[in-house]
Amino acid sequence: MKAEQQYIELFTQHEAQLCRHAAAVMNLPRAEALRDFERLGFPSLKSEDYKYTDVSQVFAPDYGVNINRLAVPVNPYDVFRCDVPNLSTSLYFVVNDSFYDKALPKAHLPEGVYAGGMRTFMEQYPEIAARYYGKSAVSSRDGLVALNTMLAQDGFVLYVPEGVTVERPIQLVNVFRSDVDLMANRRILVIMEPRSSAKLLVCDHSMDDVKFLATEVVEIFAGESAVFDYYDLEESSVSTTRFASIHVKQEADSNVLVNGITLNNGLTRNNYYIELCGERAETALCGMAILDREQQLDTYSHITHAVPSCTSNELFKYVLNDHAVGAFSGRILVKEGAEKTSAYQTNRNLCATREARMYSKPQLEIYADDVKCSHGMTTGQLDENALFYMQSRGIPREEARMLLSVAFTSDVIDHIRLDALKDRLHKLVEKRFRGELARCAGCRICK
Amino acid sequence: MLEIKNLHASINGKEILKGIDLSVKAGEIHAIMGPNGSGKSTLSSVLVGNPAFTVTEGSVTFNGKDLLAMEPEDRSREGIFLSFQYPVEIPGVSMVNFMRAAVNEHRKYKGLEPVSATDFLKLMREKRAVVDLDNKLASRSVNEGFSGGEKKRNEIFQMAMLEPKLAILDETDSGLDIDALRVVASGVNKLKTADNAIIVITHYQRLLDYIKPDIVHVLYKGRIVKTAGPELALELEEKGYDWIKNTIDN
Repeated sequence: MKAEQQYIELFTQHEAQLCRHAAAVMNLPRAEALRDFERLGFPSLKSEDYKYTDVSQVFAPDYGVNINRLAVPVNPYDVFRCDVPNLSTSLYFVVNDSFYDKALPKAHLPEGVYAGGMRTFMEQYPEIAARYYGKSAVSSRDGLVALNTMLAQDGFVLYVPEGVTVERPIQLVNVFRSDVDLMANRRILVIMEPRSSAKLLVCDHSMDDVKFLATEVVEIFAGESAVFDYYDLEESSVSTTRFASIHVKQEADSNVLVNGITLNNGLTRNNYYIELCGERAETALCGMAILDREQQLDTYSHITHAVPSCTSNELFKYVLNDHAVGAFSGRILVKEGAEKTSAYQTNRNLCATREARMYSKPQLEIYADDVKCSHGMTTGQLDENALFYMQSRGIPREEARMLLSVAFTSDVIDHIRLDALKDRLHKLVEKRFRGELARCAGCRICK
Repeated sequence: MLEIKNLHASINGKEILKGIDLSVKAGEIHAIMGPNGSGKSTLSSVLVGNPAFTVTEGSVTFNGKDLLAMEPEDRSREGIFLSFQYPVEIPGVSMVNFMRAAVNEHRKYKGLEPVSATDFLKLMREKRAVVDLDNKLASRSVNEGFSGGEKKRNEIFQMAMLEPKLAILDETDSGLDIDALRVVASGVNKLKTADNAIIVITHYQRLLDYIKPDIVHVLYKGRIVKTAGPELALELEEKGYDWIKNTIDN
């Protein structure tokens, strides 16, 4: 319990300050989260699901935590320029783990829709918040969720009432800004009431070269016939470590797209938990990563088909260079009685060097009879015949490699249901493969 | 234009070409015929720099330059083109992007600016007409889902786009029905000028009815065993390769 001890002490010694700077709804589950964390601790390397990520080692150093919510002297609206031209969004910032509310843009939101800071939301709508907060990301099952629940003080909320469509995409930028090593515990809560629709683009950026450690817990509730897109674009830095846990709960006829794109990072662990609880719910879970140097991405996904006639489509692609390490573990659980389930899983990976490593594990558990399920996994190199064919037309080998790599990842980007973002990502991916995207391209200060 | 001297090449330690001598001048059409396994495709692969083959002896110069010292992309930019016997499918890379990259690399090599988007599309349209290539194919991924005939048309379309000095057609007639053969051959003829040259590799006389060679060579067991005028192709068609085999082997 060595790595855990400093967090337990931090909490027990500073609980009063923690709570003073957070909403009551967030303070309520802290005591229980502490007990869960004491019991569970960090997942160990011995645990089947965490074989490739040494969590305790990452959390062992003493990072600073901004419990007293000291303001960080930065105005993100001044320094951040949207990296997606032609995409007009309602733009919000979370700096480290505080929602930035000093210079909010004019709201373009339909009546009744809330997009903004978690603390404010919880103070304004405590009943709605209490109905959803922590209900999908349960701290009793996962030590990292428990730790986040224990320490998180703020974050972002999107609430769309029944029948409302938010046309304009909402963009949330998580900015890491600090002169010293820092830990941030972020939360995102998305409540989509029945027949509502919205798109949320979340971008993670790191502005400084110090070490950053993030725990992020995202909860998405999609009510009946709700349609929701969640795009998660990480363009952080090699000294950033992120543990994200994305929980989606879908009711009948809802349609949710989750697309996680890792363009630049240090060490990332993304856990996806998707529960299809209402009939005919559809989910598309996809992601891609371009990793080089010592970068690591460990993806764990768990899709539960609890009721009949739901569809899940899962697609993850990795391109690994240098000494990069990738892992993908995809579990699909079709429960008893979940007949007429369609579940498809694909994981394809390119290892461009001998030193790059990819670990992939599909896991299908099916307890129903009348289902269509498939999974496919391949890990290999670029097609030598295709490379030579392109060279024979005058295209240099490096350029041919780039074109083939871009082509390899293009179907993940094609899943994006926002044309401007899709175009932009095709370009960003190309830039990334050309090595022109050493850091994020979005904010001026990162240059 | 092309001077091949005593060329030996092997794959996985097995020698396939055992001393080829061949000289191709601008304006000429050469046909290389021969039975299966005689080394015809190996010769074309070696000329475009396929890394699967190793040259063990001999030399090849192209317009005075040492061809064997060049990377495959440089050979292309110097003006060598191979119409592949088995064109490669490249899922996810569109014909447009593929050809634009190739054309611009050729231009860069000549010190020219990249072609503008409108000029490029115009060029594509113009060259598509040479082999009657459907616009739908041109907007798809390279060779993906193309029929055998469409793939061969696509090869000649690429030849039209890149305007090589020396085109090597490796069994371009295989897998073509008679109508497609005519379209492909007429495309090749349209591209023929007094300044460029063509090497046609084929088993059959059939293609040579449409693309008329000046010189016909017979390749057998890694060597050119007979060279003559176009009448040689007709004689081969009539007597079969056994005629050559018997003459050589005895």
